Amino acid sequence: MQLPPALHSRLLGAPGAAEPLPVERDPAAGAPPFHFAARRVRFPRDHEFFEDGDVQRHLYLQDVLTQVTGSPERPRVPEFTCQVAGCCQVFDSLENYEHHYHTLHRNVCSFCGRAFPSVHLLDVHILEWHDSLFQILSERQDMYQCLVEGCAERFRSGRDRKEHLVRRHLYPADFRFDKPKRSRGPAMPGAAIQESAEALGEGEEQSGGDAMDVCPEHAAPRPEPVGERRTYGHRIPSTICFGQGASRGFKNTKKRKEHQ
Amino acid sequence: MWRGRQGRLRPVGCVVEELRCRRREREAALRKARREQQLVSKRLLRDDLLEEAEGECVAMILGEAEIQQFLQLAQRGTDEKQRERALVSLRRGLQHPQTQQTFIWLEGSMRTLVGLLTSNRALLQLEAARCLHELSHSEQSAVAEACLPATSYLLTYLSGHSSDFIELCLYTLGNLIVESEAVRRRLLPQGIVPALAACIQSPHLTVLEALGYALSQLLQAKEAPEMIIPSVLGSTLPQHILQLLQPGPKLNPGVAVEFAWCLHYIICSQVNNALLISQGGLSTLGLLLLDVAGAVQRTEDAGLELLVCPVLRCLSNLLTEAAVEVVGGPNQLEDERVVVALYILLQFFVQKQPSLLPECLWLLNNLTANSPSFCTSLLSMDLIKPLLQLLPVSNVVSVLVLTVLCNVAEKGPAYCQHLWPGPLLPCLMGTLASSDTEVVGQSLELLHLLFLYRPEAVEAFLQHSGLQVLEKHQEEAQLQDRVHALQKTALHR
Repeated sequence: MQLPPALHSRLLGAPGAAEPLPVERDPAAGAPPFHFAARRVRFPRDHEFFEDGDVQRHLYLQDVLTQVTGSPERPRVPEFTCQVAGCCQVFDSLENYEHHYHTLHRNVCSFCGRAFPSVHLLDVHILEWHDSLFQILSERQDMYQCLVEGCAERFRSGRDRKEHLVRRHLYPADFRFDKPKRSRGPAMPGAAIQESAEALGEGEEQSGGDAMDVCPEHAAPRPEPVGERRTYGHRIPSTICFGQGASRGFKNTKKRKEHQ
Repeated sequence: MWRGRQGRLRPVGCVVEELRCRRREREAALRKARREQQLVSKRLLRDDLLEEAEGECVAMILGEAEIQQFLQLAQRGTDEKQRERALVSLRRGLQHPQTQQTFIWLEGSMRTLVGLLTSNRALLQLEAARCLHELSHSEQSAVAEACLPATSYLLTYLSGHSSDFIELCLYTLGNLIVESEAVRRRLLPQGIVPALAACIQSPHLTVLEALGYALSQLLQAKEAPEMIIPSVLGSTLPQHILQLLQPGPKLNPGVAVEFAWCLHYIICSQVNNALLISQGGLSTLGLLLLDVAGAVQRTEDAGLELLVCPVLRCLSNLLTEAAVEVVGGPNQLEDERVVVALYILLQFFVQKQPSLLPECLWLLNNLTANSPSFCTSLLSMDLIKPLLQLLPVSNVVSVLVLTVLCNVAEKGPAYCQHLWPGPLLPCLMGTLASSDTEVVGQSLELLHLLFLYRPEAVEAFLQHSGLQVLEKHQEEAQLQDRVHALQKTALHR
């Protein structure tokens, strides 16, 4: 197919429309037995006109048997340690480190050290577990928000919310990121560990720690301010550590008690 | 750019002919599937480099006992590395269909896997997600549907930050989506549309391509026009999609392909195309077409037809919307460069993909049908002759070419003046002699218009032995009335 040479430069030129030649139709044009009428045509999704293109599309989907994610070359790096205070995990690839960081250190609650998969869930957690104003308000109005993005429903209690999640959103009844808040018991020496055990739910299948907890052996930093109680900036970056970064345990329970 | 489609795991010594043969077989299978409305394709994400680093990559068949052992080790192993290795072994085994079957029927196995998926051990999480991904890719419905307990978590993780992990979750979701209506009836109330709408703001190209894939699978569903597209149109997805299709240095072809197909599924379902037009859909797509034609001109060949096809369809279908009918209105497509782009693409497809010529010509029809301006462009830029060169390609192409020519001719004498004298009439003698009724029929319509608005052409027609050619069809039921009418006109000039 030969194209006029000027065409290629026209593509690169300025937008514009041709000044139309005068239109002058004769009624005999569409008179029987002739029936041509200029018209735009539309095709619905399943029309056979689309068969060839659809087949090409699916061949493409199937063809991608092996795909390199991200950059084509994924360099192996010499082993390095996570820089977050108290974390001693070792990595030999940046991708694994990225995921580790985001899972354990990114959305961490500064009150209890639990890690969450998203900012949204962290915010809900802080609100419901650590905000005393929330407790007061929730006695009078529906404060428990639905966890599903896009759903604006609110509920009187965690239980009502859970029921909504199960009924309306078909969530599993044991959804890991909707643990009921545990009532404050007397701080006991083994309390932290006991909390851990409770939070497990049907815990045996879990590996040594609550889904939302930071594992003891990971020694999550505890950025607790000494002295005054902060009312803002709950999400303190975990790289900042006040006092000694320490694992959950007897020591920390005592600290918490002091500040309550 | 396009990521390497040539897998590194391509078997050594594979003959090109063998590949072509396999491809033909797959093509035939896909055609059959489409006619039966069973067109389902899944995408598999496997990390070449990862497998290479792990060494020998053979999918092993694992038995019940082995699976259980690996799961237990992954859950309760003392050593972190050991737990990871156990899951890796499981994942490798799950590449094999038989292992997949054994796995899903093993009591508690999925529950354990989901537990690992939601644990706070990042690397176990990643491996568990890879296991799920292998399962999601299965052709066996039972295997894919066994993954359902994980979906609420996969959706939750879409609002995380780890791009590799999110990409994996998206491809897994995309595979599950396409599995069955039952799966989708679960994913929709779980909030998949808002989750995707939030995730589309990610800056990572890999995430975006995966999201486009998952969304395209969702939109392709049979029940999509009633159950899915309305909520997609009601979300912020359409404007983000259009943004991602804006031509320019930031346009990523892999991402653009996925979202162009998303748009096509939305538009051809005809739910609310006016909304897309009001969001600038026509102009975005028009500019994109120009961009792609430019790339073709520069002979950048990286699979452009994959992108062109849905763009052509979107434009063609959008042009039929009432909102576009207002002449001179803001939603009109009037830039004649679109026609130029289309011709460049026609030339490209003649070489690379003749099966896409009809779709290009469909757009040309929709552009020229009601537009004196575009018809004039065809004449002023000398584009009739190239069009005629396409006549021999196929009957379908012939009919479309003749239709476009009729679009021009029916606008009156000022237009027909440029159609004759010229190469049109000799070509018409050729198409009139065709054995295909539709080709002849369209040729007769064109001839009629030519005789009407350019009577001087009749003489030339007679000199080309036109009457003899017409005679061939005077017994043909569908053609005879028109043939007789033309014979009469020619003889009574």
